[in-house]
Amino acid sequence: MLVKLGEYLQFPFVRYALLVGVLISLCSSLFGVTLVLKRFSFIGDGLSHVAFGAMAVATVMKLADQMLLILPVTALAAVFLLKRDQNGKIKGDAATAMISVGALAFGYLLMNRFPTSANIAGDVCSTLFGSTSILTLSKFDVFLSTALSVIVIVLFVLCYNRIFSVTFDTDFARTAGMNADRINLMIAVIIAVIIVLAMNLVGSLLISALIIFPALSAMCLSNSFFKVTVVSSCLAVISTLCGILASILWGTPVGSTIVAAEVIVFAVCRIAGGHVHI
Amino acid sequence: MALITVENLCLGYDGRAVVNGLSFQVEEGSYVCVVGENGSGKTTLMRTLLGLQQPLSGTITFDSSVASGEIGYLPQQSFIQREFPATVREIVLSGCIGKLGKRFFYSSREKQTAEDCMRRAEIEHLAERSYKELSRGQQQRVLMARALCAAGRVLVLDEPTAGLDPVFTEELYGLIEKLNKEGMTIIMVSHDLEAAMKYATHILHIGDTLFYGSRDEYLERSEGRFLLVQKESGACL
Ligand SMILES: Nc1ncnc2c1ncn2[C@@H]1O[C@H](COP(=O)(O)OP(=O)(O)O)[C@@H](O)[C@H]1O
Ligand SMILES: [Mg+2]
Repeated sequence: MLVKLGEYLQFPFVRYALLVGVLISLCSSLFGVTLVLKRFSFIGDGLSHVAFGAMAVATVMKLADQMLLILPVTALAAVFLLKRDQNGKIKGDAATAMISVGALAFGYLLMNRFPTSANIAGDVCSTLFGSTSILTLSKFDVFLSTALSVIVIVLFVLCYNRIFSVTFDTDFARTAGMNADRINLMIAVIIAVIIVLAMNLVGSLLISALIIFPALSAMCLSNSFFKVTVVSSCLAVISTLCGILASILWGTPVGSTIVAAEVIVFAVCRIAGGHVHI
Repeated sequence: MALITVENLCLGYDGRAVVNGLSFQVEEGSYVCVVGENGSGKTTLMRTLLGLQQPLSGTITFDSSVASGEIGYLPQQSFIQREFPATVREIVLSGCIGKLGKRFFYSSREKQTAEDCMRRAEIEHLAERSYKELSRGQQQRVLMARALCAAGRVLVLDEPTAGLDPVFTEELYGLIEKLNKEGMTIIMVSHDLEAAMKYATHILHIGDTLFYGSRDEYLERSEGRFLLVQKESGACL
């Protein structure tokens, strides 16, 4: 088995997949801690469906670079949803559900009405579940994903203290003279970036898993915010590596295999550590 | 000039007034107790003073020497999750967030401030403990230490002793009194009239009747002398 793995690692596309996979899951797990604790874990789900809708539009419009449409649309939706939640006119979760289901339906409708290839079901399935797109990344995709991931990670490290403050108690952070709106905006935009990146890895249906599971697993094991952040990113990297390698060895779909690995890690943490009430 | 000047303030939500025509001045070093029935708008006033919500009308002016973020705040209810993974030290240190300015990380001076504040709130021995495992009284002390980190000169406390046992309550009052003696201006919402009379220099009464004045004036008023401010009825523009 190890020999077989070694052979696979000779292929550049496998190495690219591992690199991009690890970076993206690292990003998701870092911000996942904040999202879970702010009770925004649903937002990943909603936004990924928006990204799916935007991708459908981009496909139909035959845009050369789909990112240019998907990223701004998802970012706008993220800003809107996080704002909504503060004002509370429409309940945050209801707004998210509306946008999420709406975008999903319109996306599928568009893809059906203006098919760009013969195999619509296959296309939709691969956008939703990611199928093999991580293994077919172009050099440019790899470069873009790597650059964006590195930016996201650097921003997280630099803003760690501010992120902790708005996550723990936004009102207090405001009274202490911090510009909480700016950090919330930054978080929203970064979430959008992560989700668009993660679509390549696990597809739009499974993105939430990447965001939620490492954070929840880490919360079973540690009591401090700092440790939870560190443990969560380690667990995310381990599960993604195992998931991608397993999927290559056994020919299973990449996205679902990674998520399966996350679930197993969570189960182990839950048994080994305490329990979390979420 | 007074530290905080409030003029003809009108508070409320969605255009509906809760408190009308409120005016008062807080002098440096005073200990103001805000009293009034449940739902009379005490928390609303505190949040408005802190800039967390906008008044319907009227003005709040801080003396120019009070920098934004120099006010420490102990909220009535924090919507802090029961399960939030954070140590006491992490939380207290987050009180220094306003001092970061354009920097990204806390300096050793801010870390020292956090240690000092933990000592003043007598929770140094809890520094590495997880917030969620503490008792209600200990948690209140942690939030108090966090407020101290932020407080340059003003400390706003919203029912700090609610739900605490008598021993903790006394200790907390003692701590607040000590801070006030050291020069900190205190604005405290309290249900506990007895404590208000014991510690406060000034009383702000909110409700059907509005009153602001020194403790002695309030005592006279309580005996039914006269009201300084009569609540104006009618809508607020
Ligand atoms: N977020 C809110 N939206 C609308 N009305 C509110 C809100 N919060 C409080 N109120 C109303 O404002 C009034 C004053 O509330 P509050 O300031 O919390 O009173 P207190 O702290 O004196 O008990 C109450 O009648 C309450 O129903
Ligand atoms: Mg109140």
